[in-house]
Amino acid sequence: MPTFRDLLAQAKAEITEIDTATAEARIAAGGVVVLDVREPDEFDQGALLGVIHIPRGHLEAQIESRIVDKSMPVIAYCAGGVRSAFAARTLQELGYTDVVSMIGGFGKWKDEGRDWKKPVVLTAEQRDRYQRHLLLPEVGTVGQAKLLDSKVLLLGAGGLGSPAALYLAAAGVGTVGIVDMDEVDASNLQRQILHNLDRIGDRKVDSAKKTLTLLNPDVNVVTYDTRLDASNIIDIITGYDVIVDGADNFPSRYLLNDASVKLGIPVVHGSIFRFEGMVSVFDPKNGPTYRDMVPEAPPAELAPSCAEAGVLGVLAGIVGSIQALEVIKLLLNLGEGLSGRILAIDTTDMSFRTFKLKPDPANWVTWANRDRIEVRDLDGLCAPWVSH
Amino acid sequence: MAVIVRIPTTMRPLAGGNSSVQLEGATLSEVLTNLDATYPGFNDRLFDETGGLRKFVNVFVADDDVRYLDGLNTAVPDGETVSIIPAVAGG
Repeated sequence: MPTFRDLLAQAKAEITEIDTATAEARIAAGGVVVLDVREPDEFDQGALLGVIHIPRGHLEAQIESRIVDKSMPVIAYCAGGVRSAFAARTLQELGYTDVVSMIGGFGKWKDEGRDWKKPVVLTAEQRDRYQRHLLLPEVGTVGQAKLLDSKVLLLGAGGLGSPAALYLAAAGVGTVGIVDMDEVDASNLQRQILHNLDRIGDRKVDSAKKTLTLLNPDVNVVTYDTRLDASNIIDIITGYDVIVDGADNFPSRYLLNDASVKLGIPVVHGSIFRFEGMVSVFDPKNGPTYRDMVPEAPPAELAPSCAEAGVLGVLAGIVGSIQALEVIKLLLNLGEGLSGRILAIDTTDMSFRTFKLKPDPANWVTWANRDRIEVRDLDGLCAPWVSH
Repeated sequence: MAVIVRIPTTMRPLAGGNSSVQLEGATLSEVLTNLDATYPGFNDRLFDETGGLRKFVNVFVADDDVRYLDGLNTAVPDGETVSIIPAVAGG
C-alpha cells in the first residue's frame, strides 16, 4: 500500500513544477490561466490577482466549464505546492496539455513580496442570495462584488423602469438611483410593477424605494423626486456607471443623451409603443448614441404617446428586462452588448430583429466634442446645442 | 422582383392591417413608390417636404440603415426585406 509520500512523489514525477519567479514572469507575459485550488477560507485570506478559484475537491467537476480550452497554459497553486501537484496531475489526466504546479505555493509567493490581494468576501447571506449568480463562471464572486459596487440610474419608475429596477435590485446592483416626478396612479398598475394599490397617490420614487428595499436590503436606493432638466441633470447623473433610459417623451431622451455623452456615461435605451419596442446601448466613448439613431424627433402629430395610443403592459416588462440584462452585461463586461445595434421587437408576431446602428457624420453631439456640448432644455425642438 | 416590406404597427392601418407586404422594385425608391401606390398615405409618413426620408424613420434593407448605403437609391435584391422602424419614445 503506497503512503502519502509515495503518492506525492509519483504525482511530482508526472508533472512539471516551476518556481515562483518563473510563474510571475509567465503571468506577466500573459496567455496563461492561474488556478487556485485551495479551500474557500484560505482563498478569502488572500490570493494572486485574476485567478480562477476551484477548491481541489471540486476540481474534476468544475474545471471543464471554467477552462474550456484544454491547450490553455495553466499554472496551479495551493498553499505550499502539494495539493497543486495533485491538481496538476488530475488536469493532465483530464486532457489539459500545458499544466504546471507552482513550487512553494501562495505561502512562498507572499513571503517573497510578490503581488497579491485579499479577494472580496461576500457575507453568508449574500452567498445564499446570489448563489445562482455565483455558480455562473462569468459572474462569480468577483462579478457579484462588482455589481454590489455598481451604481445604476433609472430615468423613470414607470413601465420600463419598473422591471429594470426590480431585476437590477434583485441582481444586487449596490446603488439604484431613480428619477421620477410623478405619483402613482391607478392607470399605472397595468404595467408599472414596482407599485401597487396601496401606493396610489404616493410619490413614485417613494413607492419604488419601498418595493426595492423589501426585495433586497443590500441595495441603496437613491431617489430624485424631480423633473430632469438642464439645470439638474449633470448633478444627478454624475457618478453613475450606467443609465437606464425609460423616459416617456423625446425631449427627456435628447436631454439625457446630450448630458450622458458629455460625461461619457453609457445609456441603455428602451422605448415602447403599443406592441413594439426597441432596445440599444449608447456607449458614447465606444459607439453610436441616441442622436445617431434618431437624428430628429417626430412632430407630436406623428408620434402619439403611450398615454394616447396605448401600450401592452407585458411589452414594457420584456423591454425593461432586456435593458436590465444589458446593464449587467455592461457592468460585468460580459458577452456582446447592443452597442452599435438596435434590437427591434414586434410582439404581434414575436419577432426579435437586430439592425446595425452607426455613428452619423452629421451628429456633433459626440464624446470627441464633449467640451462643446451645451446641455439645454429641448422642449419642443430637440435640436442639439453645440458651440462652434 | 418581389421584396418584403415590414410595416410597423403605427402604419399598419395604412396597409390594410398587414404587418408585411410584398412589392415590386429594384431600388428602395421604387419599392416605396409602389408602397404608396398600393396603400396611399405612406409617402406622407416616410418623406419630408424635400422628398427625402424623414429623419425620425429609419429604413433598413436587410439589417443596414439606408442612410449609410445609397439612401433612396439603395438596391433592394429580390426577396430581401425592407424594414421601416419609426422612432418611438414611450416608456
